[in-house]
Order: sequence, then C-alpha cells, then structure tokens
Amino acid sequence: MSDRNLLRVPTMAELTAEGKNPDILFWVGCAGSYDDRAKKITRSFVKILNSAGVNFGVLGSEESCTGDPAKRAGNEFLFQMQAMTNIEVLNAYDVKRVVTACPHCFNTIKNEYPKLGGNYEVIHHTQLLQDLIDQGKLTLEGGEYKGKRITFHDPCYLGRANDIYEAPRNLIKQMEGELLEMNSCKSDAMCCGAGGAQMFKEAENGDEEVFEARTKQAIDANPDIIATGCPFCNTMLTDGIKMKDLNDQIKVLDIAEIIVKANNL
Amino acid sequence: MNYLSNILFVIVLVIGIFMFAKNMGKLIRNVKLGRNVDRSDNSSERWKTVLWVALGQSKMTKKPLAGLLHIIVYAGFIIINVELLEIIIDGVFGTHRVFLEPLGSLYPFLINAFEILAFLVIVSVVIFWLRRNILKLTRFHKPEMKGWAFNDANNILYIETLLMSAFLIMNATDWNLQQLGAEHYHATGQFAISQFISPLLSGMSEISLIVLERGMWWFHIVGILFFMNYLYWSKHLHILFAFPNTYYSKLTPRGELDNLEAVTTEVKMMMDPDADPYAVPEGDEEEPGKLGASDVLDLNWVQLMNAYTCTECGRCTNVCPANETGKLLSPRNIMMKTRDRLEEVGKIVDEKGKFEDDGKSLLNDYITPEELWACTTCNACTDACPVLIDPISIIMDLRRYLVLEQSAAPTELNMMMTNIENNGAPWQYSPSDRLNWKDEE
Ligand code: SF4
Ligand code: SF4
Repeated sequence: MSDRNLLRVPTMAELTAEGKNPDILFWVGCAGSYDDRAKKITRSFVKILNSAGVNFGVLGSEESCTGDPAKRAGNEFLFQMQAMTNIEVLNAYDVKRVVTACPHCFNTIKNEYPKLGGNYEVIHHTQLLQDLIDQGKLTLEGGEYKGKRITFHDPCYLGRANDIYEAPRNLIKQMEGELLEMNSCKSDAMCCGAGGAQMFKEAENGDEEVFEARTKQAIDANPDIIATGCPFCNTMLTDGIKMKDLNDQIKVLDIAEIIVKANNL
Repeated sequence: MNYLSNILFVIVLVIGIFMFAKNMGKLIRNVKLGRNVDRSDNSSERWKTVLWVALGQSKMTKKPLAGLLHIIVYAGFIIINVELLEIIIDGVFGTHRVFLEPLGSLYPFLINAFEILAFLVIVSVVIFWLRRNILKLTRFHKPEMKGWAFNDANNILYIETLLMSAFLIMNATDWNLQQLGAEHYHATGQFAISQFISPLLSGMSEISLIVLERGMWWFHIVGILFFMNYLYWSKHLHILFAFPNTYYSKLTPRGELDNLEAVTTEVKMMMDPDADPYAVPEGDEEEPGKLGASDVLDLNWVQLMNAYTCTECGRCTNVCPANETGKLLSPRNIMMKTRDRLEEVGKIVDEKGKFEDDGKSLLNDYITPEELWACTTCNACTDACPVLIDPISIIMDLRRYLVLEQSAAPTELNMMMTNIENNGAPWQYSPSDRLNWKDEE
C-alpha cells in the first residue's frame, strides 16, 4: 500500500480521548461501511476530506443503521430503537454537524431524528464539497473528465425528498464536464428502484425491473459517465449497465470518485 | 299564474341547495371518522399554499396544454357562475336581466366576457374529451379507470358543455326576441358569441323562441343544481375539496415520514434504565391503539380528505416507477380504493348510527399487500399531485400494520430487520468491521 492510500480516519472515541471535538461528523452509513462498491465511494470522500484538511471524525463501531430501511418497511419500532440509540451516541459526543454520502441516512438524520431528540445540521457530501470549494480548500481540476459527457441521476432522497438538485450539478460543471440531462431529471427523475427497503427484497411481478427502466433513460442521454450521489442508486445503475453489457463504455461513479480521479488524489 | 314559476323556482332552488348541504355534511362526517392529526400550525404558509396550488393551480403547469385548458375551464366555470346571481334574483322575483339597468354599459361588457369564456370552455372541454376518448392518453386508461371512473370523467365534460351551450343559446334567443319586440325582453345588443347562433333561430315564432329561451334559462339553473349534487359521487369534488386539502397538506420535507408517537413512548420506556418493566401505565385502562392502519378508520382525517379530493387524473400513477414497470401498485388506485371503502363505511354509519364490523377492511379487501410492497417511497407521486395528496402516507400506515400487528413482511425484509436488530446493519456484518474500508483498496 502506498502512502497516499493511507487514510486518516479518526474515530470520535479517539478524538474525545485526546480532548478534541471535530468540526463535523462523517456518518458513513451501512452501505458505505460494508458494501464493496460503496466502500470505494467512502474512501474517495475521505481522500478529499484529508487533502482539504477537514477536521472530521467517524463513529466507527459505534455507528449503527439509522433505521431508514426498517422504518420504510413499516417497522417503526425497530426504527425508533435504532434512532434513539444513535441519538444517544451522537448527543454524548456533542455532535453539531453531520455529513454523509448516503441520501437515506441524510434524510433520516436530518428530518426524522429531530422529533426524537437529535438536532444536528446535516449536509450531503456534495454540499460539503461545494463548501470546500467556496472556502478555497478544494480546487477542481477537470483532469481526465474535462469535456466528458456526464449525466447526473438524482437520488430520490436527495432530490424530491429534500429539494437538493444543484450542488452535485455545480460540481460537474466546475470540472468542465459536459452535463447532460436525462429526459426525466431533477424533480421528475425516476427512482432507481432501491428506496423504501426495496434494496433488500425481490421486486413484485411486473414487466421489468425499475433499475432497468432508469438505466435505459440514462443510456438514452448518451453519457460517458452516469454520476450519482447515493450508494444504493450506484448499485442499481451499475447492475443496469452490466445487464446491458455496457460496462466498458459507461461508468457509474459517485461525484466524490470523479473528483478524486480528476484531481489525482 | 305569474307567481307559479317564481314559486317553482324557489322550490327547486331550496331542494337543490338542501340536498347539496346534506351531502356535504355527510362527506365531512366521513372525513371526521379519521384519527386526529394536528395541522393547525403555520397558517400563513398554509394560506400561501392554498393560493398558489389550489387557486393558482401551480402544479398544473407541468403539463402545459392540460394546465392551460384546465385553468380556462376552471376560471370560465367560476366566472360565468357570477351569472347565477342574476338568475337567482330573476327567478325569485320574476324579473328579467335585473342587472341590465343598474350596470349600464358594464352589463354587455360582462356578458361578452362570459360568452367568450363559455366558448373557450367548450373548446377546452372538447379537447379534453378527445384526449380521453380518441387519443386515449395512457393515464386515463389504466385498469382502475374502467366503469364509473371513466364514465364520471366524461359525464362532467358533457355537463359542462351543456351548461355552457345553454347559456349561449339563451342569450341568442333573447336577442331574437328583442328583435320581435317581445314583452320583457329588454334591448341588450348582440353578444360576442351568441350573435352567431341567433341567425340559426331566425325562422322561429315568438312563442317557440320564448319556450326555448325559458327552457335554456331553466336548464342552466337546474343544471348547476344538478352538478352541485353530482359532486358527491364524482372525482369532481376536487373543485371544492382542493382548497381544504391544500391547506392541510404536509408542509415538512417530502422525505420525512411521521414518527409513530405510541411507539416513541414505548421505546423510551424500554431504553430508560430506571423504568419499571412491570409498571402499569398510569390512568390508561384502554387497549393500546392499533399500530398502523388496516381500515379507513385507522387513517387520519387528512388522509381521508385526500381520498375525497383525488381528481383521478393519474399524474401520480403516470410517474410511479412501480406502475411504470408493470407492477400492480398505482398510487391513484390507492386513493380511489380508500374513497370507495370510506363510502362503504359511511353507509354503515348512515344505517346503524355508528360503524359496525362488516367483515371487510381496506387492507386485503381493497388494497393488497402486493401493491403495498412495491412502493419505493420515491415521492414521485406526491410531487406530481396537483392537489397535494400524499399516497405514501397511506401505503406506509398499511405497511406498518402488516409488520407491527401481523408480522407479515416479505421474508427478505424480515431478514434485513433481524440483521439490523442483531448487528446494527441491514446485512450480516459485525459492527467491529465497520471501519474495515479504511485499510482496504
Ligand atoms: S412513492 Fe411509491 S406509490 Fe409513489 S410514485 Fe413512488 S413507488 Fe409509486
Ligand atoms: S392522487 Fe393526485 S395525482 Fe394522483 S390521481 Fe389523485 S389527484 Fe391525480
């Protein structure tokens, strides 16, 4: 392992032991922690955080599922158990700001935790990346992505659920990628099929899978890259592209991954 | 003899309004059968939503043609009904065009405006009819749109055409009668649209013109009264319910689902190390409430009002990823079935004075688990709905019942939930491996 692959990922427990309280907590999420594809996104994001000198911490083994899939599967009980346990941990560390690369975690912590006693400023990683640029801590170099045809798939829980459409698009534009919009985009974007706990079950009978339909729409925009900002969307669209045998022509990447490659971090 | 028509008019008017009020009372009672939910907050934001979404129809602009036609029909319909005031006064007091004198030159201006609107309404309605019946737009031909739902939509188009035509023909005959110097028919001049109808009637005798003119006048007012009473059975109820429905709509971010409070209390008890696990909760002898919903009475009143407000336009179903990929789920159908079941429950309440179990429920008899489990909670439906209906909240409440009261989740979801319970992640990984990504590449 080369040096630059060494990530600095302090846990809240370590930081607290040193008497430190970081500026922001990076909520990694279950997909980002365990899913092989999503772990790459997590690493990419941390590389950017490290290079921009962001003072952050993670919960590590103290992090637990936000409860989103349980809640949306109808298990309010399990959701609230998870939520209250997490809130206890977050409050014990006196967390004020949370950033996450998962729109589901983002939505749950931002919108559903406050009424259970968890009040934090929660931002999506694309928003933090934009902040870093605005503060001059991160400069985007288009690199190999300059002029590349990039379409952005809006994750439901970032877009419609929380009205965030521009942060990821601005990042693509600043890398001088050619931003292509699918026919249905932003608030009209079609779901990838993973939300509402669908990720964890077989689909009901129908004509096709939701991810196939959405992948077709993405392909119709004729991109080199399908960018997204959600580990679940990433999985679904990657599957769709594989199914169409297009994995050599079209890459499905998270915005953070694109930045890492472009900036050669 | 002269008073006969005044008396008849008053009787028709009173019966029409009485029946309308009675039906509305029943609808409101049915809505109130729902559970309580507090939407009394933030009234300025709520009024803004009403002005923007219900009155301004802001959501309709997404489909520009339909949006434009709809605003014409809607505005036309409302504005032309200002005429109703004159009709009622004329009807009760036996006058004719009572506003002509006091309004002076404003009167022909108004009637001209009404006529142009009436004409535009007819044109729009014809286009609507063509879209539905000839072009057969897919959203109007989904399985739930068979039978009454389909006829209802066309009926409204026919009623609107007839009402507008009656208004125009009435004005046309009026002018012909003026030309013949018929008694009571004050000179008004010709109007923008009816002037083209007048020549068609030129051969008619005075008496048949009077019959036609009176006939159209009566048709107009009786038609309106009929229409008001038709609303009870129709998706057209939205012309009234859109207002309260948008007022009481959800203002929080779309992605936010409510947290069940009954569960919060229980979870807090469980997590409190000082709580006595065997303690009997104070002062509440009642059965703990059902978690989630299996029938309409378990839904809250906003959800029930949503069901009555649904215009059956299918904008939701049109963008529902589950429906688009051929699954059984259709958010419109969720709303239509909720309304159907609520109607059925309402009838039981009518007969027996209160709800008595009829062996049926919204869940299973109307909405199947297969539909419920296909939802990705993507919010495409709530975003598309022109009257801010929230089908997801109903889907979620029914899911909650399936899971919390019946443990009837699909097997894979049970596995996912067991994993969360055991190791804090939807997959079977140990919490101690959470940071493994740090050193992998
Ligand atoms: S939230 Fe559910 S019902 Fe609504 S559009 Fe998405 S999948 Fe369909
Ligand atoms: S729920 Fe809304 S969008 Fe769907 S059919 Fe009813 S009115 Fe139309």
